[in-house]
Amino acid sequence: MSDWVEACATGDIDEEDVMRFDHGGRTFAIYRSPDDEFFATDGLCTHEKVHLADGLVMDDIIECPKHNGRFNYKTGDARGAPVCVNLKTYPVKVDAGKVLIRIG
Amino acid sequence: MAGGMLIIGAGECGGRAALALRDLDYQGPVTLVGDEPHLPYERPPLSKDAMASDAPEIKAIASDAILAEKSIRHIHSVQAVAIDRAAHTVRLSDGSVLPYDKLLLATGSTPRKLPMPGLGAHCVYLRTFADALAIRAHLTPGNRIAIIGGGFIGLELAAAARKLGAAVTVIEAQPRILMRGVPAEIAEIIHDTHVAEGVDILCGDGIASIADDGRQVRTTLAGGREIVADLAIIGIGAVPVTGLAAEAGLTIDNGIAVDAELRSSDPDIFAAGDCCSFPLAVYGGRRVRLEAWRNAQEQGALAARNMLGAGEAHAAVPWFWSDQYGLSLQIAGLSDEGSSTVRRDLGDGAFILFHLAEDGRLVAASGIGPGNAVARDIRLAEMLIGKQAKPAPEALGSQDVKLKSLLAA
Ligand SMILES: Cc1cc2nc3c(=O)[nH]c(=O)nc-3n(C[C@H](O)[C@H](O)[C@H](O)COP(=O)(O)OP(=O)(O)OC[C@H]3O[C@@H](n4cnc5c(N)ncnc54)[C@H](O)[C@@H]3O)c2cc1C
Ligand code: FES
Repeated sequence: MSDWVEACATGDIDEEDVMRFDHGGRTFAIYRSPDDEFFATDGLCTHEKVHLADGLVMDDIIECPKHNGRFNYKTGDARGAPVCVNLKTYPVKVDAGKVLIRIG
Repeated sequence: MAGGMLIIGAGECGGRAALALRDLDYQGPVTLVGDEPHLPYERPPLSKDAMASDAPEIKAIASDAILAEKSIRHIHSVQAVAIDRAAHTVRLSDGSVLPYDKLLLATGSTPRKLPMPGLGAHCVYLRTFADALAIRAHLTPGNRIAIIGGGFIGLELAAAARKLGAAVTVIEAQPRILMRGVPAEIAEIIHDTHVAEGVDILCGDGIASIADDGRQVRTTLAGGREIVADLAIIGIGAVPVTGLAAEAGLTIDNGIAVDAELRSSDPDIFAAGDCCSFPLAVYGGRRVRLEAWRNAQEQGALAARNMLGAGEAHAAVPWFWSDQYGLSLQIAGLSDEGSSTVRRDLGDGAFILFHLAEDGRLVAASGIGPGNAVARDIRLAEMLIGKQAKPAPEALGSQDVKLKSLLAA
């Protein structure tokens, strides 16, 4: 169950940016923070199931492309209207230039 | 502090304001009064894909449980009918009288009525969930729907109606659809998409007469053309709901006039959302009234802060979106502030028009494309507009230059 899955190479995502990753019928969003750390959350906004990877990353916030709902992608916390349900987050590790996430 | 915070209008703005008061740890009474029978809900889905489902559902802003948990008293199906400013009370249509320390008017807007004789039961408007359900019942295969007015709500409904197989004609008196606030280049793409999806769009011909005989609606255009429909949906804009405020003697100027802190001409009465006009700081205080969902949210939250004494001025940039078929349009700022445009292509047919003022300031950005293709760059443009930045036109036009890099500059 709690396997580490290779999501992408570190170089696939710019700093302060996000990428979509689909695996096993599910969709995730992988983030690279401005200070070069990697994070992962569920891929869909909790407001209307829109892919967050089309959104904008500013510091530790991902902003939904559809209606600007905001989440802290490090903790998954919803940060104000219109989103009120938090995002699920997943453990991430970097190994030999690969970004791995643990899908529980 | 006996009266507490009273909010009239339980829509997007009023609902958000009530929640915000509690998020700000306000401990006194919070009362939300609305004349609709529902919980506060989101209106944008009423004209979009959600309409095309078999049984459209309300998208509530807060559940009964959340309102109860936050001790927000929601009085529904009741209208506020008079404000007694001296006594600091509001009288409701059921005869009850509510006290307030601070009052927020979030009464929204209502569809502009077509000033013509001949309208009947098959000529309808869309504002509420009840309106949406009534319209949905007519969106069936082959049913003929006439949409009067080529604005956002009419066009979104046209897309939903096509999805359900109805035969749709859009009637627009202006030379093109979306004359207000949307650049011609973008309106043309939306027009062509509707035509490709089978919508008949008739522009540039005003309505001479309408006759609803109780079974069908016959619309005759000035040029002589007749359109017969099973339902006519009228979407010719909205007017602010200001009656309550006007009768209380508050200043009205294309909406309830408020200052930068959303305070009306009475210091204990605030107004926010579709019902108010306010000075827009980013354009030097130009007085505007917006009919936009995010604005209603932001102003609801700002009004809550200022009702508690924050003294914070409105500083946001207007933002609007519309969805039709697979296309999304997003607009940041007001394009009529611009005197020239620069186009940036994003691939897949998506593009953004940047609107620049004569002094080089970026004042607006209008984008269209499939899915959420324009979202990021519109959001970055919004921040540049907010900073009153003067980015080089060549940089805006070049896909090789990241907009985020301009923001740092
Ligand atoms: C069909 C539709 C689609 C839309 N799509 C979009 C979109 O795609 N993008 C976008 O940005 N915006 C969109 N909008 C606009 C957006 O929904 C509005 O800007 C927003 O709802 C405004 O919120 P508000 O709270 O100011 O007003 P409203 O939502 O209108 O709420 C006001 C409430 O106050 C009630 N009320 C009025 N007077 C009284 C009184 N005296 N006593 C008690 N209650 C009263 C009204 O009945 C209403 O329930 C759309 C609007 C509609 C109708
Ligand atoms: S879908 Fe994400 S904020 Fe609405």
